[in-house]
Amino acid sequence: MATSAVSRSGRETRDSVVIRFAGDSGDGMQVTGSQFTLETALAGSDFSTFPDFPAEIRAPTGTTFGVSAFQIHFGGTDVMTPGDAVDVLVAMNPAALTVEVHDLKVGGTVIVDTAAFNERNLGKAGYARNPLDDDSLARYQVLKFDITKLTADAVKPHGLSSREAHLCRNMWALGLLLWMYGHERTATIEWLKRKFAKKPVIAEANVAALNAGHAFGETAEMTEHMVGYVVPKAAVRAGRYRTVSGTEGLAWGLVAGMRAAGIEKMVFAGYPITPASALLHTLANLRAYGVITFQAEDEIAASGAALGASYAGALGVTSSSGPGIALKTEMLGLAIATELPLIVIDSQRAGPSTGMPTKAEQSDLFQAVHGRNADAPLAVLAPASTADCFDIAIEAVRLATKYMTPVIVLSDGYLAHAAEPWLIPREAELPRFPVTYRTEPEGFHPFLRDPETLARPWVKPGTPQLEHRIGGLERDYDSGHISYDPDNHARMTKARADKIAGIARDIPLQNVSLGDDHGKLAVVGWGSTFGAIHRAVQIARDEGRDVAHIHVRYLSPFPRNLGDLLKRYERVLVPEMNNGQLVKLLRAEYLIPAESLPRVTGKPFRVTEIAQAIRKIS
Amino acid sequence: MSVTTITDAQLAPKDYASDQEVRWCPGCGDYAILKAVQKACAEMALQRERTVFVSGIGCAARFPYYMSTYGFHTVHGRAPAIATGIKLANPELDVWVMTGDGDGLSIGGNHMLHVLRRNVDLNIILFNNEIYGLTKGQYSPTSRRGTRSPSTPLGSIENPVSACAFALGAGARFVARSVDTLQAHLIATLKRAHAHRGASFVEILQNCVVFNDAVFEHITGKEVAAEAQVLVEHGKPLLFGKNKEKGLRLKAGTLELEIIDATAPDVLIHDETSRPLAQLLAALEPPFPTAMGVLYCSPTESYERDVYAQKGAAQGKGDLDALLNSERTWEVVP
Repeated sequence: MATSAVSRSGRETRDSVVIRFAGDSGDGMQVTGSQFTLETALAGSDFSTFPDFPAEIRAPTGTTFGVSAFQIHFGGTDVMTPGDAVDVLVAMNPAALTVEVHDLKVGGTVIVDTAAFNERNLGKAGYARNPLDDDSLARYQVLKFDITKLTADAVKPHGLSSREAHLCRNMWALGLLLWMYGHERTATIEWLKRKFAKKPVIAEANVAALNAGHAFGETAEMTEHMVGYVVPKAAVRAGRYRTVSGTEGLAWGLVAGMRAAGIEKMVFAGYPITPASALLHTLANLRAYGVITFQAEDEIAASGAALGASYAGALGVTSSSGPGIALKTEMLGLAIATELPLIVIDSQRAGPSTGMPTKAEQSDLFQAVHGRNADAPLAVLAPASTADCFDIAIEAVRLATKYMTPVIVLSDGYLAHAAEPWLIPREAELPRFPVTYRTEPEGFHPFLRDPETLARPWVKPGTPQLEHRIGGLERDYDSGHISYDPDNHARMTKARADKIAGIARDIPLQNVSLGDDHGKLAVVGWGSTFGAIHRAVQIARDEGRDVAHIHVRYLSPFPRNLGDLLKRYERVLVPEMNNGQLVKLLRAEYLIPAESLPRVTGKPFRVTEIAQAIRKIS
Repeated sequence: MSVTTITDAQLAPKDYASDQEVRWCPGCGDYAILKAVQKACAEMALQRERTVFVSGIGCAARFPYYMSTYGFHTVHGRAPAIATGIKLANPELDVWVMTGDGDGLSIGGNHMLHVLRRNVDLNIILFNNEIYGLTKGQYSPTSRRGTRSPSTPLGSIENPVSACAFALGAGARFVARSVDTLQAHLIATLKRAHAHRGASFVEILQNCVVFNDAVFEHITGKEVAAEAQVLVEHGKPLLFGKNKEKGLRLKAGTLELEIIDATAPDVLIHDETSRPLAQLLAALEPPFPTAMGVLYCSPTESYERDVYAQKGAAQGKGDLDALLNSERTWEVVP
């Protein structure tokens, strides 16, 4: 907590706060975090969230590998990351405490449910002794409540079973935290009533638990550490806001892109895979927007159906995570060879192979840019934040349809689930880039290129007199017919490369997010690390260091001024959630001695570690 | 590309041929299939602009290049997936999948299974020559045990899959079999397949003149055909032999067919809506005659039509601003 002062209301003021809710994967921590986020948003704070959950759906209760956590960073000043260190940890059981306590600030608050600290749970979490009874937590303010009993008492009038009552504990904890930060409960109560509309008793019991937690803060005899806080509202642009996750941003951006291109239908074909499935689920509810979702038999079929849809004149979209994208590789080759638009969303996760499915990484950059047989260029974009997911999806549609090419969007497991406030755009203000389907037979052949974009015409089957055949075999530059001619293959290879390279003329110049366009050090990032790098550069600049932040959203092709820009700095540091991929692309492309700052823990960068790395070299 | 202006009603089989030189081996059974398809197209007066031929990889997969319709030569085994996408995007298109025994039953076996069970409205034509031709003669998933090939010099020790039995097992609602050289029968079968809404599966026994010549001779040879084939027709008795003197009936006390005299009172009448009968017929192999014709036809609504029939399907009229403002929003005032 950055600053502290006691307000007249008796509440202390905090610039920003980081809270982490942690418990068993069945304890409802994601729901608790999401509802806290909603109330935070409605209170007017800026925020950034980080849901962190295990791959196991219901790991054995009480185990450390079954711990599910949700972190929120909120406040009045620039909140760009979910926060490095935790101010308040809610630990619903010993496993949650042992897994998460390391991220708690010295002097931070930990709230525990004492009833969960029984011998059995302590044993499962690997505690020889109860940490609540010794001095192992002496560095923290420990608030011990029997949340289990307090919840049971609160829901008693509703006649729940003890198991059902136990499931209301999270709402009690939420109620207490909402009180601590002076948030409302209205939206949560509405949400509970909607969610349990068919089980009103359960809804009422949860509301009772929520209210009891809130009342406990309000009325119970507080320890000196148990005080309420005031977190100021964020000073942001006026307008209508909502929370948006990366998944929602991508889904809605794809719909907006389809509209902008004047395409009637989107066929989204996917196959269940963590953490990409959420996009399939979201789009499956958008039928009224011209979206057809298709759950294919495998990743290959998903990419095939999407490409088939594009061939038929719809917007073909497929999505997966690293291992699934690998399976789509062959179809990407066909999309490149036949020069059809195709959007591929990659929610990157830690690998190789199955790796850590629920943990984020940025390690598919090489796969996206180069991971195909033969010379097979395509466009690669990466959103910087959950809100940017919307804009990037629109841009992906624009480039795919204008250049008749597959476009890979590199999201990641963090962006997919994280949420931020978002200034809601209006459809009327969105870009327009209508596509033209070829209908004119005169002079037609399927690989006739637009002289400017080098794109071939898009023809909907069904169009009279434009019947033609395309396929994976190499084709003649001048007729589109099958050709094994050596010079023609060289010419076509070059045409495919030139077409993608030419996109650089049609995208914004690389800007500098923070700092000067020359100097001692540029910190260059891409994807979801935007916030952490930006904050770290801000801190370094506040310390008087000559540092700039450059964030690359276009990874293939790069913006045309990127090389010249980077050469204006003495050093270039590239923090990435991989073992050094963008750094190698930059070195290869521009022959600059860029330096790598890799992080491959499956967790987002901390601001402090980037700031520390900057200090070392500036 | 040449511009033609004749109407489809006037189209002759040759009008369905593209201007590309056909590059199959001389004597290949594929020529006969191409001819039959073009003839069937003409007889059905298919509109070329509405017709799409989709293929995977292999000799059979070159098919689309030789048609004057729309055509997409795709990736090995994946034609059913791509064709599904085409139908989802535009159910009005008339989509054919041209595949082979390796393409459709080996590398693409999974897609074949799912496209059939989903019942996507496609005409799926599987050229079965029991060999990998384009890769120079390796045994295929339909090759019989003992097939000697470059990859099985001592003879294959794998059990073959029966294409029609596979299709029935996958839940196909239309399963038929014909032969490349049986032109009239093949054309009639293709027309039946086309008339069926949903996934129509047609296996064509096709001779690979280079790597597996005469592999079906014991079924299709002129001398033996009458004895070795039973041409099934809905509502007609299952008879075969030079003078149709033999028939098939259910063997008492078991689930098998047996050969009896054609005059026997309990000769089976072919019922193409009966799945169990289709399964028995599909599985017939020497010394029984091989069943040719429409083994099974029992239509139900096709996948893409069901997709569009679902509530709110692909209307495209939804209010984007309403979507973006759904759930909780808040106003920040200046």
